[in-house]
Amino acid sequence: MTDRDTTPAIEFRGVVKRFGDNTVLDGLDFTVAKGDRVTLIGPSGSGKTTILRLLMTLEESNGGLILIDGEPYTHEMRGGKRVAVPEKRRRQVRRRVGMVFQQFNLFPNMSVLENIIEAPVHVLGLSTAQAVVRAEELLEQVGLADKRDARCTQLSGGQQQRVAIARALAMDPEILLLDEVTSALDPEIVADVLGVLREVAETTDITMLIVTHEMQFARDVSNRVLMFDHGRIIEEAEPEVIFTAPREERTQQFLSAVLGEDTADRS
Amino acid sequence: MSDNLQTLGDALPRLGDAVLVTLQLTLGGAALAFVLALLLGFGSRSHRGAVRVPSRVVVEFFRGTSLIVQMFWLFYVLPVFGFRLESLACGVLALGLNYGAYGAEVVRGSINSVPAGQWEASTALNLGHVHRLRRVIFPQAWALMIPMFTNLLIQLLKGSALATYILLHDLNYFTEQLRRSTQDTFFSFTFGLLVYFAIAYLLTLVMNALEVRAKNRLGAGPTLREVLRIAPVPATAKAGAA
Repeated sequence: MTDRDTTPAIEFRGVVKRFGDNTVLDGLDFTVAKGDRVTLIGPSGSGKTTILRLLMTLEESNGGLILIDGEPYTHEMRGGKRVAVPEKRRRQVRRRVGMVFQQFNLFPNMSVLENIIEAPVHVLGLSTAQAVVRAEELLEQVGLADKRDARCTQLSGGQQQRVAIARALAMDPEILLLDEVTSALDPEIVADVLGVLREVAETTDITMLIVTHEMQFARDVSNRVLMFDHGRIIEEAEPEVIFTAPREERTQQFLSAVLGEDTADRS
Repeated sequence: MSDNLQTLGDALPRLGDAVLVTLQLTLGGAALAFVLALLLGFGSRSHRGAVRVPSRVVVEFFRGTSLIVQMFWLFYVLPVFGFRLESLACGVLALGLNYGAYGAEVVRGSINSVPAGQWEASTALNLGHVHRLRRVIFPQAWALMIPMFTNLLIQLLKGSALATYILLHDLNYFTEQLRRSTQDTFFSFTFGLLVYFAIAYLLTLVMNALEVRAKNRLGAGPTLREVLRIAPVPATAKAGAA
């Protein structure tokens, strides 16, 4: 068991991602330990969201390996060659990974409850009754127990995002990817959503990878911050260090630009 | 005029038969077209060339050939190869193939129009490929398909008039017979137009009902019950939470 605990939850080994001529990630290496809460910061286009999308297999990498719990996830080396892992095995690994999106992406053809139980019933094989019990707990946790049977289109953005969080948690992920989850929300409801996520961070040991512009949230929740620029990690530190005394000039520039416009404390 | 009505009255039993034939062609053709549209539409999206290429070829071929020539081919050429089909079967088959090819493009386009976020969320929840299409993507694409299917259905109804030329006694044939017996071109053809229009209008109503229901299931618009009541839609059905 001790051996397993030291295996990183996530490992990038020389990961390359190109969009046409634009190389977004050029041989990226980094690891995330189990239970880590890592925030990725950096200017837009620096590759943060691409990392989450690669981890969710929404994009295909062009080089390198991604390992989850030490297991090859999307590609593996076979006979000295890098080959794609078949979808069937990807699915087994992907089961451990969940994601919450900027645009919520709830299924409009289903009620709130149906959104949450769809995958637990059909992917995890839970009985509907079990899944409903769990979904109701989660709705309670995100403060939307009374919206159980509502249509997603009747909910506000903040409520939709809280349902999306409950939906992701219903799959019991070991790794949760949060992709700018408050960027599409009105400022006054950002705090609700972040409050829910803070509680998740406090009450579970889910490994989290967070892309956000909410620096106070990043500071409160994460134990590591990676500063990205042009697809490379240019600085890595504990939040206290990076937010108070960033080493790199580029980090200082970025933080003063972000924090400058973010004068209102949203926590 | 009264002579005309008298003649029409005498022909009424045959009108019923003619409308029945037209309906059989239309509904049979539409059912076949729908199945083909789904198969070819999904086939056209397949990653496997062995599925995609034949689907595309079939779509392009039947979309690009004349309906009447297809009917003639099935009716007059197929027997040469030893397959003799009934007139009605030929009509249904030709209409189904022709409009199925158009429908396949509707299916393909609608599936592609479902926002990328829906596909991505399904991947994030690890839903299988078939499950994702069936439970998430198709219900949303369906609402987009219906208005276009309505157009095709009306065109199919009108296209079914060609079946007269493979010896079916459909509504078009009846109109022609009416013209012969009344010797009144205006009366008989106007009558034919009106009956076609009545059928088309009924089909449109049914399709509109399907559309309202499909949209409502996506949380958009009133329920069918509300529409049929023709009462003002309650505010709660429209307004989402602020």
